[in-house]
Amino acid sequence: MSRVEFCGLTLAHPVINGSGTFDAIAARRVFGSDLDERFPFSAYVSKTITLRPRAGNPPPRLWEASAGLINSIGLPNKGLRGYLADDLPELARLPVPLITNVMGSTAAEVIALVEAVGERAEVSAVELNVSCPNVETGLDLGADPASLAALLREVRPHTAKPLIVKLTPNTADVALVAAAAEAEGADAVSLINTLRARAPASHRSHRAAPGLGAGTGGLSGPAVYPVALAQVAAVAGRVGLPIVGMGGVRGERQARELLEAGATLVAVGTETFRDPLAGARIAAALRETPANREQRAF
Amino acid sequence: MSLASLERRRLTVTGNDGVGAYRVLRVSDPHGPPPSPGQFSMLTAAERWGGGVDERPHLPRAFSVARCKDGEAHYLLEDVGPGTRRLCELRAGDEVWVLGPLGRGFRRPREGRRAVLVGGGVGIAPLAIWQDELLDRGAPHALMLGFRDGDHALGANLLRCARVATDDGSLGHPGLVTELLETELEDDPRAEVYACGPPPMLEAVRSLCERRGVPAQLALESGMACGFGACFGCVVPTRRGGYLRVCVDGPVVDADLLDSVAAITTGPPCPA
Repeated sequence: MSRVEFCGLTLAHPVINGSGTFDAIAARRVFGSDLDERFPFSAYVSKTITLRPRAGNPPPRLWEASAGLINSIGLPNKGLRGYLADDLPELARLPVPLITNVMGSTAAEVIALVEAVGERAEVSAVELNVSCPNVETGLDLGADPASLAALLREVRPHTAKPLIVKLTPNTADVALVAAAAEAEGADAVSLINTLRARAPASHRSHRAAPGLGAGTGGLSGPAVYPVALAQVAAVAGRVGLPIVGMGGVRGERQARELLEAGATLVAVGTETFRDPLAGARIAAALRETPANREQRAF
Repeated sequence: MSLASLERRRLTVTGNDGVGAYRVLRVSDPHGPPPSPGQFSMLTAAERWGGGVDERPHLPRAFSVARCKDGEAHYLLEDVGPGTRRLCELRAGDEVWVLGPLGRGFRRPREGRRAVLVGGGVGIAPLAIWQDELLDRGAPHALMLGFRDGDHALGANLLRCARVATDDGSLGHPGLVTELLETELEDDPRAEVYACGPPPMLEAVRSLCERRGVPAQLALESGMACGFGACFGCVVPTRRGGYLRVCVDGPVVDADLLDSVAAITTGPPCPA
Protein backbone atom coordinates (compact mmCIF):
# COMPACT_ATOMS: atom_id res chain seq x y z
CA MET A 1 0.00 0.00 0.00
CA SER A 2 1.50 3.32 -0.94
CA ARG A 3 0.12 6.58 -2.32
CA VAL A 4 -3.37 7.57 -1.21
CA GLU A 5 -5.78 10.14 -2.62
CA PHE A 6 -7.60 12.06 0.09
CA CYS A 7 -9.70 15.19 -0.49
CA GLY A 8 -7.73 16.05 -3.62
CA LEU A 9 -4.38 15.55 -1.86
CA THR A 10 -1.97 12.84 -2.88
CA LEU A 11 -0.36 11.45 0.25
CA ALA A 12 2.69 9.19 0.41
CA HIS A 13 0.95 6.70 2.71
CA PRO A 14 -2.27 6.45 4.72
CA VAL A 15 -0.94 7.33 8.20
CA ILE A 16 -1.33 10.81 9.69
CA ASN A 17 -1.36 12.17 13.25
CA GLY A 18 -4.42 12.85 15.36
CA SER A 19 -4.86 16.54 16.12
CA GLY A 20 -3.09 17.61 19.29
CA THR A 21 -0.88 14.55 19.58
CA PHE A 22 2.29 15.78 17.91
CA ASP A 23 3.75 19.28 18.19
CA ALA A 24 5.96 19.49 15.12
CA ILE A 25 7.46 22.82 16.22
CA ALA A 26 8.56 21.47 19.61
CA ALA A 27 9.68 18.24 17.95
CA ARG A 28 11.97 20.20 15.63
CA ARG A 29 13.63 21.73 18.70
CA VAL A 30 14.07 18.28 20.24
CA PHE A 31 15.06 16.19 17.23
CA GLY A 32 16.56 18.80 14.88
CA SER A 33 16.75 17.96 11.18
CA ASP A 34 15.91 14.31 11.96
CA LEU A 35 12.28 15.42 12.21
CA ASP A 36 12.01 16.61 8.62
CA GLU A 37 14.18 13.82 7.23
CA ARG A 38 12.08 11.08 8.81
CA PHE A 39 8.75 12.82 9.26
CA PRO A 40 6.47 9.99 10.39
CA PHE A 41 3.17 11.16 8.91
CA SER A 42 1.98 11.68 5.33
CA ALA A 43 0.12 14.85 6.33
CA TYR A 44 0.37 16.93 9.47
CA VAL A 45 -2.72 17.88 11.46
CA SER A 46 -2.20 20.89 13.73
CA LYS A 47 -3.45 21.04 17.26
CA THR A 48 -6.79 22.80 17.66
CA ILE A 49 -6.65 26.54 17.00
CA THR A 50 -9.20 28.80 18.65
CA LEU A 51 -9.98 32.45 17.93
CA ARG A 52 -8.39 33.68 21.14
CA PRO A 53 -5.31 32.27 22.90
CA ARG A 54 -5.89 29.58 25.49
CA ALA A 55 -3.49 28.64 28.30
CA GLY A 56 -5.03 25.21 28.73
CA ASN A 57 -6.33 23.45 31.82
CA PRO A 58 -4.71 23.46 35.26
CA PRO A 59 -2.57 20.39 35.98
CA PRO A 60 -2.73 17.49 36.59
CA ARG A 61 -3.58 17.00 32.92
CA LEU A 62 -2.75 13.33 32.45
CA TRP A 63 -3.89 10.09 33.95
CA GLU A 64 -2.59 6.71 32.84
CA ALA A 65 -5.61 4.45 32.57
CA SER A 66 -5.78 0.73 31.88
CA ALA A 67 -4.09 0.40 28.48
CA GLY A 68 -4.65 4.05 27.78
CA LEU A 69 -4.53 7.64 28.84
CA ILE A 70 -7.03 10.19 30.08
CA ASN A 71 -6.06 13.75 29.22
CA SER A 72 -7.53 17.11 30.09
CA ILE A 73 -5.10 19.36 28.27
CA GLY A 74 -7.66 22.04 27.46
CA LEU A 75 -6.54 22.96 23.94
CA PRO A 76 -3.69 25.36 24.75
CA ASN A 77 -2.85 27.44 21.67
CA LYS A 78 -1.72 30.90 20.68
CA GLY A 79 -5.06 31.84 19.15
CA LEU A 80 -5.71 32.47 15.48
CA ARG A 81 -3.46 35.51 15.18
CA GLY A 82 -0.55 33.81 16.94
CA TYR A 83 -1.00 30.68 14.88
CA LEU A 84 -0.96 32.53 11.58
CA ALA A 85 2.00 34.73 12.53
CA ASP A 86 4.23 32.32 14.48
CA ASP A 87 3.25 28.71 13.87
CA LEU A 88 2.11 28.59 10.26
CA PRO A 89 5.46 29.64 8.74
CA GLU A 90 7.16 26.92 10.82
CA LEU A 91 4.61 24.26 9.93
CA ALA A 92 4.76 25.19 6.23
CA ARG A 93 8.38 23.96 6.22
CA LEU A 94 7.29 20.40 7.01
CA PRO A 95 7.75 17.96 4.11
CA VAL A 96 4.03 17.02 4.05
CA PRO A 97 0.69 18.78 3.47
CA LEU A 98 -0.73 20.72 6.41
CA ILE A 99 -4.24 20.27 7.78
CA THR A 100 -5.26 22.93 10.30
CA ASN A 101 -7.71 21.96 13.02
CA VAL A 102 -9.98 24.73 14.36
CA MET A 103 -12.67 25.04 17.00
CA GLY A 104 -15.16 27.75 17.91
CA SER A 105 -18.04 27.92 20.32
CA THR A 106 -20.39 29.75 17.92
CA ALA A 107 -20.94 29.58 14.17
CA ALA A 108 -19.56 33.11 13.85
CA GLU A 109 -16.32 32.07 15.57
CA VAL A 110 -15.98 28.99 13.42
CA ILE A 111 -16.56 31.04 10.27
CA ALA A 112 -13.86 33.53 11.27
CA LEU A 113 -11.41 30.69 11.85
CA VAL A 114 -12.26 28.76 8.70
CA GLU A 115 -12.04 31.88 6.54
CA ALA A 116 -8.72 33.06 7.96
CA VAL A 117 -7.08 29.65 7.84
CA GLY A 118 -8.68 28.67 4.55
CA GLU A 119 -7.26 31.59 2.64
CA ARG A 120 -3.67 30.61 3.46
CA ALA A 121 -1.95 28.73 0.66
CA GLU A 122 0.14 26.77 3.19
CA VAL A 123 -3.01 25.07 4.49
CA SER A 124 -4.19 22.10 2.40
CA ALA A 125 -7.35 21.31 4.35
CA VAL A 126 -9.29 22.41 7.41
CA GLU A 127 -10.40 20.04 10.15
CA LEU A 128 -13.30 21.17 12.30
CA ASN A 129 -13.25 20.12 15.96
CA VAL A 130 -16.93 20.01 16.92
CA SER A 131 -16.36 18.62 20.42
CA CYS A 132 -16.96 22.07 21.83
CA PRO A 133 -19.92 23.10 23.94
CA ASN A 134 -22.26 25.53 22.23
CA VAL A 135 -22.23 28.64 24.42
CA GLU A 136 -26.02 28.89 24.24
CA THR A 137 -27.12 25.29 24.69
CA GLY A 138 -24.16 23.85 26.55
CA LEU A 139 -24.28 20.82 24.23
CA ASP A 140 -21.35 19.88 22.04
CA LEU A 141 -21.73 21.35 18.57
CA GLY A 142 -21.20 17.92 17.10
CA ALA A 143 -23.21 15.91 19.59
CA ASP A 144 -26.34 15.56 17.47
CA PRO A 145 -27.14 15.62 13.76
CA ALA A 146 -29.32 18.74 13.84
CA SER A 147 -26.86 21.01 15.62
CA LEU A 148 -23.97 19.85 13.43
CA ALA A 149 -26.05 20.36 10.30
CA ALA A 150 -26.98 23.88 11.42
CA LEU A 151 -23.34 24.72 12.04
CA LEU A 152 -22.10 23.35 8.73
CA ARG A 153 -24.86 25.08 6.78
CA GLU A 154 -23.40 28.38 7.96
CA VAL A 155 -19.72 27.47 7.82
CA ARG A 156 -19.39 25.45 4.60
CA PRO A 157 -19.81 28.37 2.16
CA HIS A 158 -16.90 30.21 3.78
CA THR A 159 -14.06 28.09 2.49
CA ALA A 160 -13.21 26.29 -0.72
CA LYS A 161 -10.62 24.19 1.11
CA PRO A 162 -11.46 20.57 1.89
CA LEU A 163 -13.40 20.50 5.15
CA ILE A 164 -12.94 17.52 7.45
CA VAL A 165 -15.34 17.19 10.37
CA LYS A 166 -13.81 15.55 13.45
CA LEU A 167 -16.69 13.66 14.99
CA THR A 168 -17.18 13.15 18.69
CA PRO A 169 -17.81 9.62 19.93
CA ASN A 170 -19.80 11.04 22.81
CA THR A 171 -23.10 10.88 20.95
CA ALA A 172 -26.02 8.51 20.61
CA ASP A 173 -25.49 7.60 16.94
CA VAL A 174 -22.27 8.71 15.30
CA ALA A 175 -23.38 7.46 11.87
CA LEU A 176 -26.38 9.81 11.93
CA VAL A 177 -24.08 12.72 12.80
CA ALA A 178 -21.74 11.72 9.96
CA ALA A 179 -24.70 11.61 7.57
CA ALA A 180 -25.59 15.16 8.60
CA ALA A 181 -22.01 16.24 7.88
CA GLU A 182 -22.17 14.64 4.45
CA ALA A 183 -25.52 16.26 3.65
CA GLU A 184 -24.17 19.70 4.56
CA GLY A 185 -21.12 19.49 2.37
CA ALA A 186 -18.29 18.10 4.50
CA ASP A 187 -15.50 16.61 2.36
CA ALA A 188 -14.46 14.00 4.93
CA VAL A 189 -15.01 12.93 8.51
CA SER A 190 -12.45 11.90 11.11
CA LEU A 191 -13.16 9.77 14.15
CA ILE A 192 -12.99 8.96 16.96
CA ASN A 193 -12.14 11.88 19.19
CA THR A 194 -11.47 10.90 22.82
CA LEU A 195 -14.16 9.33 24.97
CA ARG A 196 -15.30 11.45 27.89
CA ALA A 197 -13.79 9.95 31.00
CA ARG A 198 -13.03 10.70 34.60
CA ALA A 199 -9.99 9.76 36.62
CA PRO A 200 -10.79 8.48 40.08
CA ALA A 201 -9.37 10.93 42.62
CA SER A 202 -8.73 8.26 45.20
CA HIS A 203 -6.01 6.60 43.11
CA ARG A 204 -3.40 9.32 43.37
CA SER A 205 -1.06 8.22 46.05
CA HIS A 206 -0.50 9.87 49.40
CA ARG A 207 -2.59 12.93 48.67
CA ALA A 208 -6.14 14.04 48.22
CA ALA A 209 -5.47 15.81 44.94
CA PRO A 210 -8.07 15.53 42.18
CA GLY A 211 -7.33 13.00 39.45
CA LEU A 212 -7.34 15.70 36.81
CA GLY A 213 -7.21 19.45 37.25
CA ALA A 214 -10.29 19.95 35.11
CA GLY A 215 -12.29 17.08 36.60
CA THR A 216 -13.04 15.13 33.43
CA GLY A 217 -10.95 14.41 30.37
CA GLY A 218 -10.81 12.27 27.25
CA LEU A 219 -9.76 8.63 27.09
CA SER A 220 -7.43 7.45 24.31
CA GLY A 221 -5.02 4.60 23.65
CA PRO A 222 -5.54 0.86 23.08
CA ALA A 223 -8.45 0.86 25.53
CA VAL A 224 -10.64 2.75 23.03
CA TYR A 225 -9.70 0.82 19.89
CA PRO A 226 -12.76 -1.49 19.79
CA VAL A 227 -14.99 1.58 20.08
CA ALA A 228 -13.13 3.23 17.20
CA LEU A 229 -13.47 0.14 15.03
CA ALA A 230 -17.22 -0.04 15.68
CA GLN A 231 -17.77 3.65 15.01
CA VAL A 232 -15.64 3.75 11.85
CA ALA A 233 -17.51 0.73 10.49
CA ALA A 234 -20.87 2.31 11.37
CA VAL A 235 -19.98 5.58 9.65
CA ALA A 236 -18.54 3.80 6.60
CA GLY A 237 -21.80 1.89 6.30
CA ARG A 238 -23.78 5.09 6.30
CA VAL A 239 -21.84 7.72 4.31
CA GLY A 240 -19.72 7.80 1.17
CA LEU A 241 -17.24 10.37 2.49
CA PRO A 242 -13.59 9.53 2.99
CA ILE A 243 -12.92 8.66 6.62
CA VAL A 244 -9.88 9.26 8.80
CA GLY A 245 -10.07 6.43 11.31
CA MET A 246 -8.34 6.70 14.66
CA GLY A 247 -8.52 5.60 18.26
CA GLY A 248 -6.05 3.25 19.90
CA VAL A 249 -4.02 2.39 16.81
CA ARG A 250 -0.80 0.83 18.08
CA GLY A 251 0.45 -1.03 15.07
CA GLU A 252 -0.21 -2.40 11.64
CA ARG A 253 -3.03 -4.69 12.73
CA GLN A 254 -5.33 -1.97 14.02
CA ALA A 255 -4.47 0.30 11.09
CA ARG A 256 -5.28 -2.42 8.58
CA GLU A 257 -8.55 -3.26 10.34
CA LEU A 258 -9.66 0.37 10.30
CA LEU A 259 -8.79 0.64 6.60
CA GLU A 260 -10.69 -2.57 5.91
CA ALA A 261 -13.63 -1.20 7.91
CA GLY A 262 -13.82 1.69 5.46
CA ALA A 263 -11.26 4.32 6.49
CA THR A 264 -9.17 6.01 3.78
CA LEU A 265 -6.53 7.21 6.25
CA VAL A 266 -5.68 6.22 9.79
CA ALA A 267 -4.37 8.57 12.45
CA VAL A 268 -2.04 7.75 15.30
CA GLY A 269 -2.07 9.65 18.59
CA THR A 270 -1.29 8.11 21.96
CA GLU A 271 1.08 5.57 20.39
CA THR A 272 3.22 8.46 19.18
CA PHE A 273 3.76 9.44 22.82
CA ARG A 274 5.36 6.03 23.31
CA ASP A 275 7.26 6.03 20.04
CA PRO A 276 7.65 9.22 18.00
CA LEU A 277 8.22 7.14 14.86
CA ALA A 278 5.06 5.05 15.37
CA GLY A 279 3.41 6.60 12.28
CA ALA A 280 6.33 5.69 10.04
CA ARG A 281 6.58 2.21 11.54
CA ILE A 282 2.90 1.53 10.84
CA ALA A 283 3.09 3.02 7.33
CA ALA A 284 6.07 0.80 6.51
CA ALA A 285 4.26 -2.29 7.74
CA LEU A 286 1.17 -1.42 5.70
CA ARG A 287 3.32 -1.07 2.59
CA GLU A 288 4.28 -4.72 2.76
CA THR A 289 1.97 -6.96 0.78
CA PRO A 290 1.00 -10.34 2.22
CA ALA A 291 3.20 -11.92 -0.48
CA ASN A 292 6.43 -10.18 0.44
CA ARG A 293 5.66 -10.61 4.13
CA GLU A 294 5.51 -14.34 3.50
CA GLN A 295 8.71 -14.22 1.49
CA ARG A 296 10.51 -12.47 4.30
CA ALA A 297 9.41 -15.15 6.72
CA PHE A 298 11.47 -17.77 4.85
CA MET B 1 22.55 20.20 24.65
CA SER B 2 22.54 16.96 22.74
CA LEU B 3 19.73 16.30 20.29
CA ALA B 4 17.89 13.00 20.44
CA SER B 5 17.23 10.83 17.44
CA LEU B 6 13.57 10.55 16.47
CA GLU B 7 14.04 6.82 16.76
CA ARG B 8 13.84 5.03 20.09
CA ARG B 9 16.90 2.91 20.71
CA ARG B 10 16.62 -0.66 21.98
CA LEU B 11 19.45 -1.04 24.47
CA THR B 12 20.68 -3.78 26.73
CA VAL B 13 20.66 -3.57 30.51
CA THR B 14 24.12 -4.23 31.91
CA GLY B 15 23.19 -4.19 35.57
CA ASN B 16 20.66 -3.14 38.18
CA ASP B 17 22.28 -2.48 41.52
CA GLY B 18 20.53 -1.93 44.83
CA VAL B 19 21.71 1.20 46.65
CA GLY B 20 19.74 1.47 49.88
CA ALA B 21 16.12 2.18 48.98
CA TYR B 22 17.07 2.84 45.35
CA ARG B 23 18.28 0.91 42.35
CA VAL B 24 20.74 2.07 39.71
CA LEU B 25 19.73 0.78 36.30
CA ARG B 26 22.75 0.58 34.03
CA VAL B 27 22.19 0.52 30.28
CA SER B 28 24.81 -0.08 27.62
CA ASP B 29 24.77 3.02 25.41
CA PRO B 30 28.19 3.43 23.80
CA HIS B 31 26.92 5.12 20.64
CA GLY B 32 24.12 7.33 21.95
CA PRO B 33 24.31 11.11 21.88
CA PRO B 34 26.15 12.18 25.06
CA PRO B 35 23.60 13.62 27.51
CA SER B 36 24.19 17.01 29.07
CA PRO B 37 23.81 17.03 32.86
CA GLY B 38 20.13 17.60 33.64
CA GLN B 39 18.83 16.01 30.45
CA PHE B 40 16.53 13.00 30.68
CA SER B 41 15.36 9.93 28.76
CA MET B 42 12.02 8.19 28.33
CA LEU B 43 12.35 4.53 29.33
CA THR B 44 10.17 1.55 28.51
CA ALA B 45 10.96 -2.08 29.29
CA ALA B 46 11.13 -3.87 25.93
CA GLU B 47 9.18 -6.82 27.33
CA ARG B 48 6.15 -6.88 29.64
CA TRP B 49 5.50 -3.16 29.63
CA GLY B 50 1.78 -3.32 30.33
CA GLY B 51 -0.21 -6.28 31.44
CA GLY B 52 0.44 -5.57 35.11
CA VAL B 53 -2.10 -4.50 37.69
CA ASP B 54 -4.83 -2.50 35.89
CA GLU B 55 -3.04 -3.21 32.58
CA ARG B 56 -0.35 -0.68 33.41
CA PRO B 57 2.22 0.70 32.76
CA HIS B 58 1.35 1.86 29.27
CA LEU B 59 3.30 5.06 28.75
CA PRO B 60 7.07 5.44 28.98
CA ARG B 61 8.54 6.97 32.13
CA ALA B 62 10.91 9.94 32.32
CA PHE B 63 14.24 9.62 34.16
CA SER B 64 17.14 12.02 34.48
CA VAL B 65 20.40 10.56 33.30
CA ALA B 66 22.21 10.06 36.61
CA ARG B 67 25.57 9.23 35.12
CA CYS B 68 27.12 8.49 31.76
CA LYS B 69 30.51 6.83 31.68
CA ASP B 70 32.35 3.90 30.14
CA GLY B 71 29.65 3.46 27.49
CA GLU B 72 26.89 3.10 30.09
CA ALA B 73 24.04 5.38 31.06
CA HIS B 74 22.80 5.14 34.66
CA TYR B 75 19.27 5.85 35.82
CA LEU B 76 18.23 6.09 39.47
CA LEU B 77 15.03 4.20 40.26
CA GLU B 78 12.71 4.14 43.22
CA ASP B 79 9.82 1.69 43.14
CA VAL B 80 6.79 3.94 43.47
CA GLY B 81 4.38 2.47 40.91
CA PRO B 82 3.92 -0.01 38.09
CA GLY B 83 6.40 1.66 35.74
CA THR B 84 9.27 2.00 38.18
CA ARG B 85 8.47 -1.45 39.58
CA ARG B 86 8.88 -3.05 36.16
CA LEU B 87 12.14 -1.20 35.55
CA CYS B 88 13.39 -2.24 39.00
CA GLU B 89 12.85 -5.89 37.98
CA LEU B 90 15.13 -5.67 34.94
CA ARG B 91 18.40 -7.55 35.06
CA ALA B 92 21.54 -7.71 32.96
CA GLY B 93 20.67 -8.91 29.47
CA ASP B 94 17.12 -7.52 29.51
CA GLU B 95 16.33 -4.75 27.05
CA VAL B 96 14.84 -1.27 27.28
CA TRP B 97 13.60 1.25 24.75
CA VAL B 98 15.28 4.59 25.29
CA LEU B 99 14.27 7.91 23.75
CA GLY B 100 16.71 10.67 24.53
CA PRO B 101 18.58 12.60 25.68
CA LEU B 102 15.73 15.11 26.00
CA GLY B 103 15.17 18.56 27.49
CA ARG B 104 17.43 21.35 28.63
CA GLY B 105 20.02 20.66 31.28
CA PHE B 106 22.05 22.71 33.75
CA ARG B 107 23.95 25.77 32.63
CA ARG B 108 27.34 26.65 34.08
CA PRO B 109 27.46 29.02 37.03
CA ARG B 110 27.54 32.68 36.19
CA GLU B 111 30.94 34.38 36.31
CA GLY B 112 32.26 34.59 39.87
CA ARG B 113 29.69 32.25 41.33
CA ARG B 114 30.25 28.86 42.92
CA ALA B 115 27.91 25.93 42.28
CA VAL B 116 25.91 24.72 45.28
CA LEU B 117 24.09 21.47 44.55
CA VAL B 118 21.01 20.61 46.60
CA GLY B 119 19.18 17.31 46.17
CA GLY B 120 16.30 15.54 47.81
CA GLY B 121 15.43 11.85 47.55
CA VAL B 122 15.51 10.36 44.08
CA GLY B 123 16.07 13.93 42.85
CA ILE B 124 19.78 13.45 43.52
CA ALA B 125 20.02 11.74 40.10
CA PRO B 126 20.82 14.71 37.82
CA LEU B 127 23.16 16.15 40.43
CA ALA B 128 25.42 13.10 40.14
CA ILE B 129 26.21 13.65 36.45
CA TRP B 130 26.44 17.40 37.08
CA GLN B 131 28.95 16.84 39.87
CA ASP B 132 30.93 14.53 37.57
CA GLU B 133 31.23 17.38 35.09
CA LEU B 134 32.11 19.95 37.75
CA LEU B 135 34.83 17.60 39.06
CA ASP B 136 36.16 17.06 35.52
CA ARG B 137 36.45 20.78 35.09
CA GLY B 138 37.95 21.27 38.53
CA ALA B 139 35.09 23.62 39.42
CA PRO B 140 34.72 24.22 43.17
CA HIS B 141 31.27 23.32 44.45
CA ALA B 142 29.31 22.29 47.51
CA LEU B 143 26.87 19.39 47.69
CA MET B 144 24.09 18.74 50.18
CA LEU B 145 21.50 15.99 50.01
CA GLY B 146 18.35 15.29 51.98
CA PHE B 147 16.60 11.96 52.53
CA ARG B 148 13.73 10.69 54.60
CA ASP B 149 15.77 8.02 56.44
CA GLY B 150 19.04 6.16 56.63
CA ASP B 151 18.12 3.58 53.99
CA HIS B 152 17.40 6.28 51.43
CA ALA B 153 20.46 8.24 52.55
CA LEU B 154 22.65 5.45 51.18
CA GLY B 155 21.91 7.11 47.82
CA ALA B 156 24.41 9.80 48.87
CA ASN B 157 27.16 7.26 48.17
CA LEU B 158 26.49 7.75 44.46
CA LEU B 159 27.96 11.25 44.74
CA ARG B 160 31.09 12.60 46.38
CA CYS B 161 31.61 14.59 49.55
CA ALA B 162 27.93 15.19 50.24
CA ARG B 163 26.64 16.74 53.41
CA VAL B 164 23.56 14.72 54.32
CA ALA B 165 20.36 15.58 56.15
CA THR B 166 17.71 13.04 57.13
CA ASP B 167 14.14 13.69 58.20
CA ASP B 168 14.36 11.03 60.92
CA GLY B 169 17.82 12.09 62.06
CA SER B 170 19.33 8.67 61.41
CA LEU B 171 22.22 10.13 59.44
CA GLY B 172 23.88 13.53 59.20
CA HIS B 173 21.96 16.69 59.98
CA PRO B 174 18.64 15.86 61.65
CA GLY B 175 16.19 17.94 59.63
CA LEU B 176 15.84 19.45 56.22
CA VAL B 177 18.49 19.83 53.55
CA THR B 178 17.30 23.39 53.06
CA GLU B 179 18.53 24.17 56.56
CA LEU B 180 22.00 23.17 55.39
CA LEU B 181 21.52 25.37 52.33
CA GLU B 182 20.54 28.34 54.49
CA THR B 183 23.80 28.07 56.44
CA GLU B 184 25.76 27.63 53.22
CA LEU B 185 24.29 30.78 51.69
CA GLU B 186 25.03 32.75 54.85
CA ASP B 187 28.67 31.71 54.55
CA ASP B 188 28.88 32.19 50.78
CA PRO B 189 26.45 34.62 49.17
CA ARG B 190 28.29 34.24 45.81
CA ALA B 191 26.59 30.93 45.12
CA GLU B 192 24.54 29.63 42.24
CA VAL B 193 22.16 26.93 43.41
CA TYR B 194 21.33 23.77 41.44
CA ALA B 195 18.42 21.89 42.96
CA CYS B 196 16.37 18.79 42.29
CA GLY B 197 13.95 17.12 44.65
CA PRO B 198 10.34 16.88 45.79
CA PRO B 199 8.16 19.97 45.25
CA PRO B 200 8.14 21.15 48.90
CA MET B 201 11.95 21.04 48.97
CA LEU B 202 12.25 22.80 45.62
CA GLU B 203 9.82 25.47 46.77
CA ALA B 204 11.85 26.02 49.95
CA VAL B 205 15.01 26.36 47.82
CA ARG B 206 13.28 28.70 45.40
CA SER B 207 11.93 31.06 48.07
CA LEU B 208 15.20 31.01 50.05
CA CYS B 209 17.22 31.90 46.96
CA GLU B 210 14.73 34.58 45.99
CA ARG B 211 14.94 36.18 49.44
CA ARG B 212 18.72 36.19 49.28
CA GLY B 213 19.02 37.21 45.63
CA VAL B 214 20.91 34.04 44.77
CA PRO B 215 20.37 32.61 41.25
CA ALA B 216 18.96 29.09 41.20
CA GLN B 217 18.41 26.49 38.53
CA LEU B 218 15.71 23.99 39.40
CA ALA B 219 15.46 20.56 37.76
CA LEU B 220 11.71 19.91 37.73
CA GLU B 221 9.85 16.65 37.60
CA SER B 222 6.37 16.34 36.21
CA GLY B 223 4.24 13.52 34.94
CA MET B 224 4.55 13.38 31.16
CA ALA B 225 3.38 11.02 28.43
CA CYS B 226 5.91 11.72 25.69
CA GLY B 227 8.99 13.75 26.71
CA PHE B 228 9.21 15.72 23.47
CA GLY B 229 6.54 18.40 23.65
CA ALA B 230 3.67 16.47 22.08
CA CYS B 231 1.29 15.73 24.95
CA PHE B 232 1.23 19.09 26.80
CA GLY B 233 0.75 17.14 30.01
CA CYS B 234 3.81 18.18 32.02
CA VAL B 235 3.02 21.84 32.46
CA VAL B 236 4.00 24.08 35.36
CA PRO B 237 2.54 27.58 35.87
CA THR B 238 4.97 30.43 35.27
CA ARG B 239 5.34 33.77 36.98
CA ARG B 240 4.28 35.74 33.90
CA GLY B 241 1.11 33.65 33.46
CA GLY B 242 0.48 30.59 31.36
CA TYR B 243 2.48 27.40 31.58
CA LEU B 244 5.83 25.99 30.56
CA ARG B 245 6.34 22.42 29.44
CA VAL B 246 8.84 20.67 31.69
CA CYS B 247 9.97 18.39 28.84
CA VAL B 248 10.97 21.01 26.27
CA ASP B 249 11.27 24.24 28.30
CA GLY B 250 13.01 22.33 31.13
CA PRO B 251 13.46 20.13 33.00
CA VAL B 252 16.04 22.64 34.28
CA VAL B 253 14.53 26.11 34.56
CA ASP B 254 15.64 29.36 36.16
CA ALA B 255 13.88 29.70 39.50
CA ASP B 256 12.89 33.28 38.79
CA LEU B 257 10.56 32.09 36.00
CA LEU B 258 8.36 30.48 38.64
CA ASP B 259 6.15 31.84 41.38
CA SER B 260 5.89 28.59 43.27
CA VAL B 261 6.75 25.00 42.62
CA ALA B 262 4.99 23.65 45.68
CA ALA B 263 2.06 22.24 43.71
CA ILE B 264 3.83 20.52 40.82
CA THR B 265 2.43 17.11 40.10
CA THR B 266 5.44 14.85 40.13
CA GLY B 267 5.83 11.24 39.22
CA PRO B 268 4.36 9.33 36.34
CA PRO B 269 1.31 10.60 34.48
CA CYS B 270 -0.89 8.48 36.64
CA PRO B 271 -1.49 7.23 40.14
CA ALA B 272 1.55 5.61 41.68
